[in-house]
Amino acid sequence: MAEPVLDIAGLSRRYGALQVTDNVSLQVMPGRIHAIIGPNGAGKTTLIQQIFGAVRPDAGVIRLGGRVVTHMAPHRRARLGLARSFQITSVLPDFTALENVALAAQGHAGSSLRFFGDVGKSAELNRAAFAALTRVGLAARQGVIAGRLSHGEKRQLELAMAVAVQPRLMLLDEPLAGAGPEETARLVALLGSLRSDCAILLVEHDMDAVFQLADDITVLALGRVIAQGGPDAIRADPAVRAAYLGEDF
Amino acid sequence: MIRRLLPWLIFAVFAAIPFLPVGGFVTLVAGRIMIFAIAAMSLDLILGVGGLPSFGHAAPIAIGAYAVAMLDAAGLNHLEYVLPAAMGAACLFAVITGSVALRARGINFIMITLAFAQMVFFAAGSLSDYGGDDGYSLTVRTDIAGQNLLKGGNLYFASLIALIGVWLLLRMIVASRFGRALSAVRQNRVRVQAMGINATAIELTALVIGAGIAALAGVLLANEAEFVSPAYAAWGRSGSLMVMVILGGLGSLHGAILGAAVVVLFEEGMGRYTQHWPLIFGVLLVLAVLFLRNGLAGVRRG
Repeated sequence: MAEPVLDIAGLSRRYGALQVTDNVSLQVMPGRIHAIIGPNGAGKTTLIQQIFGAVRPDAGVIRLGGRVVTHMAPHRRARLGLARSFQITSVLPDFTALENVALAAQGHAGSSLRFFGDVGKSAELNRAAFAALTRVGLAARQGVIAGRLSHGEKRQLELAMAVAVQPRLMLLDEPLAGAGPEETARLVALLGSLRSDCAILLVEHDMDAVFQLADDITVLALGRVIAQGGPDAIRADPAVRAAYLGEDF
Repeated sequence: MIRRLLPWLIFAVFAAIPFLPVGGFVTLVAGRIMIFAIAAMSLDLILGVGGLPSFGHAAPIAIGAYAVAMLDAAGLNHLEYVLPAAMGAACLFAVITGSVALRARGINFIMITLAFAQMVFFAAGSLSDYGGDDGYSLTVRTDIAGQNLLKGGNLYFASLIALIGVWLLLRMIVASRFGRALSAVRQNRVRVQAMGINATAIELTALVIGAGIAALAGVLLANEAEFVSPAYAAWGRSGSLMVMVILGGLGSLHGAILGAAVVVLFEEGMGRYTQHWPLIFGVLLVLAVLFLRNGLAGVRRG
């Protein structure tokens, strides 16, 4: 069996009396979409933040591509092939769509301490950025200031920024939040196609999308893993139905 | 088109002033404007492009000026020693203070940068070998390669060359990969980190570049006045520099030159008629911030 892209073992994090992450272990395998679902307050976002590096766990180990990254700064994890989108849309509002993605490519190239040469004329960065925009279907909007893009387009732009760094793993924190039905259909198709590029860890509340996309699912409740498995097993799991999905799903 | 030509128009005006029948005082004021414009542009990199509200930018200016004074007292007046010493000391100061200040954000960053500048202010006042609170008068102006090239009116043209050189340098830096990363850190710090860019390293680099250029302004200022005093590091001076940058338009570089012109003209001009000039200036500043969204330069920051 291949080595997991992301390997989390015994992760725990406590805020005062509240155990938000309670001995969580999970693995994301290459080329697969692994979804994390669970009710509000289950600790999904805190878990994402620990994988990203913004929150430090109290206990446990996080391995990215075999390397221990548990206490590594976010930018260093990103350099190891971790890309992410944010629950609340997060773009660089004063830059054009192309500039947003070109900066991601620049981060990937590790060339941000260059003081000479007009970055806007860098064929290397612009080509990579345009390819990523094309990949997510946003090429026609490359010159638009990101702050003026529609909500769905900003979501696409975030995915383009993630694609541009050719990551091993994408953390996608509610990539469908706030999207309309048409946008959702388009984004789901796009996410499914990204599987061939890299592994994806997906946090999402849209259960139709989750069961359509996910190869593996981890269900969290009160910070703890209550079920793990393929979509069919999760759908049938009585504990999951009681805690989250409901009897009608 | 006019926007693109404006910086060169400004430089042309400065180049013409000594040849116009306007009198020595106007040339003197214009010379001071250019020196403060250099310092203001260096703050614009930090504040305008990088979004870091440094309230201590007078400190590296004072460090540059005191480098001139200290080397003067030691009998060293060659720019070949003075400039590297001034810039090196200011950059070192920025590395140390910046490393501490960048652990904080917003108001706390402002207070920490202010506190470090106040330390420079009081340290300068305690340098009894260099006049303490009274300041220190240079024995001679700094020379270049043993030639007395900064004497008299020459300093004006040296300042103009420095102004244009600094503007070209900063314009190049802003357009570079580093400049784009710095602007991005201002817009969305976490997003930039998620791209694998060390946001703190980018910000610290901006502080160091800004301090080095401010030290150059300090060297010119010391030579212009042939005098150095702790007042160079006063917090009001740091505040004036912020006003120049904000008034001129954040991130526009040449806007900071216009901002410096307005502030220095008010100080020197209105100051002759009334000591209450800051009152009028304050009202104008409020109006400018409210109605001139992109500052005097009118450039939207990217």
